Amino acid sequence: MTQASSDQPMASETDLPASGPVQEVGEIFDVTRFGDYTQLTVVAPGVARAFQPGQFVAVAVGGSQTSMLLRRSFALYGVKPGSEFAGTIQFVVAVHGPGTGWLAAQRIGARLDLVGPLGVPFPIPREAVPAVLVGGGYGTAPLLPLAERLIALGSEVEMIVGASRAHRLFGELQAKRLIGKVTVTTDDGSAGQLGQVTDPLPSAIERLGAEIVYACGPMGMLAAVGEVARAHAIPAQVAVEEAMACGIGVCMTCVLPVRGGDGVSRFVRSCVEGPVFEAGRVRWADVGTLPADLHGADGMGVAR
Amino acid sequence: MADLRTSLGRLRLPNPVLTASGCAAAGKELSQFFDLTELGGIVTKSIMLRARSGRPTPRMAETPSGMLNSIGLQGPGIDSFLAHDLPWLRGTGARAVVSIAGGHTDEYVALAKRLYNHPVDLIEVNISCPNVENRGQVFACDPIAAGRVISAVRRAAHPNVGVFAKLSPDVTDIGVIARAVTDAGADGISLINTLLGMEIDLDTLRPALGGVTGGLSGPAVRPVALRCVWQVHQAVPHLPLLGMGGIMTGQDALRFLLAGASAVSVGTAVFHDPTAPIRILRELEAELDACGFASVTDAIGFAHKSEEQRAALLGGASQSVPA
Repeated sequence: MTQASSDQPMASETDLPASGPVQEVGEIFDVTRFGDYTQLTVVAPGVARAFQPGQFVAVAVGGSQTSMLLRRSFALYGVKPGSEFAGTIQFVVAVHGPGTGWLAAQRIGARLDLVGPLGVPFPIPREAVPAVLVGGGYGTAPLLPLAERLIALGSEVEMIVGASRAHRLFGELQAKRLIGKVTVTTDDGSAGQLGQVTDPLPSAIERLGAEIVYACGPMGMLAAVGEVARAHAIPAQVAVEEAMACGIGVCMTCVLPVRGGDGVSRFVRSCVEGPVFEAGRVRWADVGTLPADLHGADGMGVAR
Repeated sequence: MADLRTSLGRLRLPNPVLTASGCAAAGKELSQFFDLTELGGIVTKSIMLRARSGRPTPRMAETPSGMLNSIGLQGPGIDSFLAHDLPWLRGTGARAVVSIAGGHTDEYVALAKRLYNHPVDLIEVNISCPNVENRGQVFACDPIAAGRVISAVRRAAHPNVGVFAKLSPDVTDIGVIARAVTDAGADGISLINTLLGMEIDLDTLRPALGGVTGGLSGPAVRPVALRCVWQVHQAVPHLPLLGMGGIMTGQDALRFLLAGASAVSVGTAVFHDPTAPIRILRELEAELDACGFASVTDAIGFAHKSEEQRAALLGGASQSVPA
């Protein structure tokens, strides 16, 4: 399972991706149900080629005469670059509405219009460091290739996988196969231990001497994970699941209030400046508001 | 193959397909997917004098064959635009149509002056964004206010750069507004901006958009847009029009030309398909050929023409022979 590039020098945050996103039509190669989720495996060599853990794919839904204009974005995992002609990607669909419903109902052989890989990947340390990975619901998906990458680097990795209930868990078996050390939590105790992912997180950090936490899941969970990491004085790199219209940085709908390196907060696009952010930089409590100190808020005529 | 060349006033374009303001940023993101110089032009997202944060999220709601947005003109402000975005876009060789927006006439004038010494192919004056704080500031809903802004921008802008007024469909008689901006010196008209709409989220039982109301775009508005182009072409037949609103295919683009547009902008389609403008250009070329048009200019306003004018334009082409 070790990826071909894992013995290469690790990319730093400032390195540019090997190549940009591509648009391609990919054929569904496999459909597998996991609890409430549908996993699609799609032949998409162009998307697979440049993929880095944390990146996503934007998928058109509804067919050629669709009335659903906006692409749905999914974190990628299970990417096998393969040869020029046979790269495959995987993503997991949770049905929220007609668009995801259409996708989950697709069968082997159906063709999907894909744009990817998109977004800033998880930053990978240059050398092995102990890391805890925390996934909420299908947010576990992008952590699987990340775990592979970290393990290939020689890092000691633990994973915490949580959900509201057992059917909403994703990837715990794949995670166990990869890592061995996986803690499962559910809000209702229907699988693993009763509680939330942040309950076992402090002891995991301490047991491992973790120097970084990675997470993907709902916004509230990411904020809470960020707090635990902060309390342990270690960084948390988190991938958000913000609604996106275009996925490529032109529409400005997926913005979050994020504090920059210069101390100034701005609305930044989750799709091209994220989806991975340092948790401490995201102003979680201000999501959905217009903070008066945000860059350009004074230009709105509401914050004077 | 039909001659695709067209013009928007004095600006000559190799073909009639452009991007739409707010749907292509300043071109950089889309350049990952196609060569920007292949299009008639890139219309940049409306820029304002100062940096603007835009509205709180959620800023988007998908609707049947369309979407609502309440971005609220998020942007870096004119200084940053002139320092970074415009030089980058010009560096690609693409034609740059710069959209400007303001809260007061003075702001539009200041923007036109800032653009005076920069390489801009056309200025599109956005007087019709529905995502502003005060609906009374939608200049395009008032012929006097619309005329005042356009006349001031026309005086302040470089005389060789065309000034297009971008109009709103949310008016009783768009012909009245079109005549007002024409009298004020507009070199052309872009239409339509989004329609004011809203959605309610059944999970929260509240408005789905952070801005409560938003602008509706996409194929859902195409018939409204086509009607506006038709009416404005009738009101000011000599004025070049840049038509837009839900164009998804080359057939859609041809309909706008036939209604009187000299060129079209492709907007929301880009969110569905980043290469849509290029695909639509190719499809339009095929449609023109299929209809027997020798050129884009022959097709402009064709749906308004009399039988005699039609026969003269299509000549002995197969079109005139009933099947």
